[in-house]
Amino acid sequence: MSAHDITSIDRRTVLRASLLAGGGLALHILIPAPVLARSPARTTNAGTTPVAELSAFISVAPDGTITIVSKTPEIGQGVKTSLPMMVADELDCDWQQVRIDQADLDPERYGEQSAGGSTSTPDNWLPMRQSGAAARAMLVQAAGLKWQLPVAELTTSKGRIFHRASGRSIGYGEVATLAATLSPPDLKSLRLKAPEQFTIIGQPVVGVDSPKIVRGEPVFGSDIRLPGMLYAVYEVAPSNGGRLVKADMDAARQAPGVKHVVPIIGNGDPDEGLADGVAIVASNWWLANRARSKLAIKWDLSTAKGHSTRVYQTRADAALAAGSGKVLRLDGEPDTQLASAATRVAARYEYPFIAHAPMEPQNCTAVYRDGKIELWAPSQAPQDGLEALQKALGIEPKTVTLHLMRAGGGFGRRLMNDYMIQAVAIAKTVPGVPIQLRWSREDDMRRDYFRPGGWHSFEAGLNARGEIIAFTDHFVTFGNGEKPARAAALNAAMPPAGLIAHLRYGQSMIPTVVNTGWLRAPGSNALCFASQSFLDEVALASGTDLPQLMLTLLGEPREIPAPDHRPSFDTRRARHVIEKVVQTSNWKVKPAQPGRAKGFAFYFSHRGYFAEVVEASVSGSHVTAHKVWVAGDVGSQIVNPMGAENQVRGAVIEGLAQALTGQAIEFIDGVAQQSNFDDFPLARMPMIPEIEIAWVKSDNSPTGLGEPALPPVIPALSNAIFAAIGTRLRSLPLTVKNA
Amino acid sequence: MPYRFEINGVTRQVDVPSDMPLLWVLRDELGLVGTKYGCGKGLCGACTVHIDGTAQRSCQLTVANIGNAKIQTIEHIGATPIGARLQQAWLKIDVMQCGYCQAGQIMAASALLAQTPRPSPGQIDAAMAGNICRCGCYHRIRTAIEIAADVGEVSHHVSA
Repeated sequence: MSAHDITSIDRRTVLRASLLAGGGLALHILIPAPVLARSPARTTNAGTTPVAELSAFISVAPDGTITIVSKTPEIGQGVKTSLPMMVADELDCDWQQVRIDQADLDPERYGEQSAGGSTSTPDNWLPMRQSGAAARAMLVQAAGLKWQLPVAELTTSKGRIFHRASGRSIGYGEVATLAATLSPPDLKSLRLKAPEQFTIIGQPVVGVDSPKIVRGEPVFGSDIRLPGMLYAVYEVAPSNGGRLVKADMDAARQAPGVKHVVPIIGNGDPDEGLADGVAIVASNWWLANRARSKLAIKWDLSTAKGHSTRVYQTRADAALAAGSGKVLRLDGEPDTQLASAATRVAARYEYPFIAHAPMEPQNCTAVYRDGKIELWAPSQAPQDGLEALQKALGIEPKTVTLHLMRAGGGFGRRLMNDYMIQAVAIAKTVPGVPIQLRWSREDDMRRDYFRPGGWHSFEAGLNARGEIIAFTDHFVTFGNGEKPARAAALNAAMPPAGLIAHLRYGQSMIPTVVNTGWLRAPGSNALCFASQSFLDEVALASGTDLPQLMLTLLGEPREIPAPDHRPSFDTRRARHVIEKVVQTSNWKVKPAQPGRAKGFAFYFSHRGYFAEVVEASVSGSHVTAHKVWVAGDVGSQIVNPMGAENQVRGAVIEGLAQALTGQAIEFIDGVAQQSNFDDFPLARMPMIPEIEIAWVKSDNSPTGLGEPALPPVIPALSNAIFAAIGTRLRSLPLTVKNA
Repeated sequence: MPYRFEINGVTRQVDVPSDMPLLWVLRDELGLVGTKYGCGKGLCGACTVHIDGTAQRSCQLTVANIGNAKIQTIEHIGATPIGARLQQAWLKIDVMQCGYCQAGQIMAASALLAQTPRPSPGQIDAAMAGNICRCGCYHRIRTAIEIAADVGEVSHHVSA
């Protein structure tokens, strides 16, 4: 299948579906990597050294230096290192011989180029290794031709080809030119390495950009400097969807360093399009940003009137009181079962909107020259960016060259491309001049695609033996018309669905003008908090604890199919991580100190199975997380333990920050009230607990680690707090009131 | 207004308004982009540089207030023994994820080790509390500082 076989709409639909709650489609049909293709590169950064190109991903220089192209955006998740490791291992070279080039956006040449939904590892595990194995086969074949020997007598190791019988050997670089003239092998003929033969995969490998980063060399989008480049800010309405009525720009034009002040009328799509605004272009970003205070703009903010946190709360209360919502999933007869239950447990959980707050605020550098656009964009979904440019500005994708820049954090924020559209709109007003659009921290936090808030009303019924016989959830979320807002839908496969015979998930929606979006482990990051905290309540009501309740619910070893092409749920894998963390955390041993206890939670998202235990203490209103034990199953192989461990720690710390630092975005008439790290705090070093990670290997293809370690830590913490002080915290951020 | 000061051992001259923060002189006037913008309010530490050897937030320091002080940035920290040890330690355990905050982390850490060659864990936490790492690389930042300070074995927090 080539890139042309899939329309952009299909690709986009699949990509978006794979980002949703639970993530990771079973039938993943994003544009597959063309393992063998040698189509000409759309642009090239090739130097003067002659290199032999064996495929789109691999070229070899005469001195044996191997260049591997990393096709996927690097956002701190480590793919610029881990995907080339897959190639290099099957190529059977020495990692020291390898240098990495970041691909430009060119999906016809490289296949899918996006970073989201923890999909990079599972989608590339096979094609990247095949790509390396195919190049190795071509090099071996070339050596065979050169030596007039059958390839069956040749072996490889560390970038050399050996003929053991005669004691000869030759470097890849010496046969690469000949190899590049050969036809690529049939993929079916390739024999990939057995895991015990890996020499690079599974080894701790330092990130390929790390040496530059510690020396402060330019690697990020906002580090780009081009001759004649100017810096831009883009002033938009304080609330989403605000329209520009009138702008007095004279004073801003007089401000020091300011070169251009340009009003820009958007395309009327406040979600995925171009917002109305005024661009200020200056010789220095700080001067551009400072000149914003000299603008006098009249906005029409009427559409956001009444879109306030308090109003949303009132509407949620009304929706929960009104019934059980539109049915998303109905198994058995939950109402009948509840009516006959010996014990009923009911509780309501809620959580706020939160921001992504990556360390590097949104930015994009653009130049419009001779009818063409060149972009330097830290985007997680650059292909979506091209589609958005076409829709908002009528720009033909083929006129755009897009350089993928390392992003100072992604977390899902950069799956949206609003900054890219703005940069191009501004650059078009000053042809020939490179423009770097940078957002201030305040812009970044107020103009986010926020993790949507939500409310859950749960009920469970227990029989006389304490077994769960029914489970219901009425979820109140945001959406316009019949459609939930982005990343706001309930996952009908949310555990314990499939584990309880009588179950109903219902959903009600509140209209919103606020833009919502995917934040690391979308959906799951909040659904897990609510559902696993509630199940902890149910476990205690039934006289057991949550690990035991989960093990009981998992029942017989089996695969439970999920709706909407989501991956099926393997009860064995769930059981193994739960048993593992119970063991590593010494779950049964309770901390002796008063006010200190352990809490547990489990979740399955983005194809990863994670069980976590938090030991926490409470003193007055202050919560301390002392230690977190993590047990995770992401398949048969950890590709780069160096990066994998960092992903898990980062996910755990992010979850703790969501729970403990006071993160919440509130709105008044659509205007976000928080704007920087003083009112939207992040985790800092002193609050970081010890984190102990145990991998549970299973006979499954490796899957991603960007996301699935995050969800369980939040309910594990809230459950620990209950165990410590007997107070059940049912809303985020977790707040203990002083006794 | 024209200003002259010494950055990384080299005298540089710029012509900027007196209230421009040093951060934007470095990044947009001199092309020293290793120093990062994170918050603009002295809350995150991404813009940390050394002013006469002490760690300061370059987003909060106007060009008029620099005077004759010597400025050192991430681009030059490897020229100092402590800076070089920190860079090596950072790479030894590959501290970073996205890496955006790490210049500020290394600058804060090198100021700490210059003052306190053998910091206790509590001293490390206190000195580094002003530097946010959104990716959550804190265990490895802590461990890398310990390695660079040579205060003992690599913490059991990091096995990789």
